[in-house]
Amino acid sequence: MALLSVEHLTMKFGGLVAVNDFDLALEKGEIVGLIGPNGAGKTTVFNMIAGYYTPTEGTIRFQGSPIGGQKANRITKAGIARTFQNIRLFSELSVIENVMIGYHCRIRSTFLGATLRFPLYRREEKMMVEGAMQLLKEVGLEDVAREMSTSLPYGKQRRLEIARALATGPKLLLLDEPAAGMNPSETQDLLQLILKLRKDYDLTVFLIEHDMKFVMEICERLKVLDYGTTIAEGTPHEIQNNPKVIEAYLGEVQRA
Amino acid sequence: MDLNHRRNQLLSIGGTALLLVLLYLANTHGDNYEIRIINNCAIFIILAVSYNLINGVTGQFSLEPNAFVAIGAYTSALLTLTPIEKEISFIIEPCIWPISVITTPFVVSLLIAGVVTACCGFLMGFPVFRVRGDYLAIVTLGFGEVVRVIANNTQSITNGPLGLKGIAENTNVWWAWGFAIVTVFCISRLVRSSYGMAMKAIKYDEAAAEAVGINAFWHKMLAFTTSAFFEGVGGGLLAHLITTISPVLFTFFLTFNLLIIIVAGGLGSITGSIVAAILITWGGEWLRFLDEPVNLGFVEIPGIPGMRMVIFSLILILLMIFARHGIMGTREFNWNWVCRKLGIGGRS
Repeated sequence: MALLSVEHLTMKFGGLVAVNDFDLALEKGEIVGLIGPNGAGKTTVFNMIAGYYTPTEGTIRFQGSPIGGQKANRITKAGIARTFQNIRLFSELSVIENVMIGYHCRIRSTFLGATLRFPLYRREEKMMVEGAMQLLKEVGLEDVAREMSTSLPYGKQRRLEIARALATGPKLLLLDEPAAGMNPSETQDLLQLILKLRKDYDLTVFLIEHDMKFVMEICERLKVLDYGTTIAEGTPHEIQNNPKVIEAYLGEVQRA
Repeated sequence: MDLNHRRNQLLSIGGTALLLVLLYLANTHGDNYEIRIINNCAIFIILAVSYNLINGVTGQFSLEPNAFVAIGAYTSALLTLTPIEKEISFIIEPCIWPISVITTPFVVSLLIAGVVTACCGFLMGFPVFRVRGDYLAIVTLGFGEVVRVIANNTQSITNGPLGLKGIAENTNVWWAWGFAIVTVFCISRLVRSSYGMAMKAIKYDEAAAEAVGINAFWHKMLAFTTSAFFEGVGGGLLAHLITTISPVLFTFFLTFNLLIIIVAGGLGSITGSIVAAILITWGGEWLRFLDEPVNLGFVEIPGIPGMRMVIFSLILILLMIFARHGIMGTREFNWNWVCRKLGIGGRS
């Protein structure tokens, strides 16, 4: 059974069809990419899976149970974590606090128990601090744990966002343009990091990216969206040679 | 996590003990006027710190504390007035049963006031947190007015515009400051817990908070209800300090005063709220000399009534120009900082 299966997903904003009849089946452990020109509806697909939009039509099933239209926090608790295209960290909180917040949805302490620091909460707080520190080590940010999140350079903010998403204990990670704004060596580090995290945390990854070198190298399978419609899917090699994809990106070839 | 945890805990206990000694001295040596100001400070600390939880920490700009204070004040006052006093006060319409016959001790009435206000806050939260930002401010402002109008018109419960008179003056330094200490303790513990972190996360980015599994609506409700509980207790203390309450006491101006306190202190800083509550309550009284004639030696300025409000406003304007984030910003008082400044080492 597929980890995530999406069928006939459609999103309309008034008269505009942002995504039309989108299908997807993610198997456990895969890294699948979603590419397409600007405005193709890639982020809309993410927003529907992550619970920010309620799909106009279609079903989303995660581990067999339907999640379409549920609230974002419930979907995160079910095991789908995401990062954002424009980094959205909690400014004015330290790096480690940003990651600890990811653990908050997993603690069993009640509001009162946490306020009055009952033994259960103390144990869980210790777990949160240690877990957050472990994750920061994993993404190479343990030296800056006490710094303000927004004082970090761009590449590290991206890594922090990934660490925060991992703190929620996801099975599926949605990455929205993780390599955007990175230089080639940072991109290469990110690639290695994603591969390592997939192995260590048993993850399935679904990502949007414009950096074609990165996409072709990391993804096992690709889907291409253009004006909300899936125009191609297959291995990176197949996609590279697909005339429809070339047309969508570069325009129609004029034949003399 | 903090190596100086044990030392800081001892310092906090010592600090509280010192505060109690100072209060004891003030209570025995101060005159009625001074003690009254000290009690006022404590009540405003309770109100400001709890208001700050929803406005500053959770970042939900709301304008309802006058409603919560009113509910708390009326609840506790109705509970401590004896049946005979109620019979005398309610001259237009008699007080309805069972309020007419119930009498509870002061502290019980305060706790019930807190619980009743928290329940009202909880119910109010469902419609209110369907909106955000400016809309939230307007909706909560509306609720504040609704409560006041209800108080004005439910003759048989609140005695309408006549208000409640002859409430026992039970609030003394110990009750007021005792509850202030409990409030500050609970709310600062809450803010430091992961629930508090989640509330801050909602303030900085609600969409991102949802993405890490935080139920934003529920956490806003928790903050709002907690805030309502302490506002209610504060309202009860206020009623038993001024001994006469009527709906005019709980207009938007009360909210406005609290808003000034939390903004001047720094939105989101508990320390800031405490400092600003004391400065504004005490400073407002201290500036009274401005209303009187001033003799500068070479020239005598005649007393201008209302001068202190002009100066007070000027101070606020200057504060907002030069310290836009308030006295404390979002920083908190912290023993490590104090010790570093005093040059007392400690492990780092």
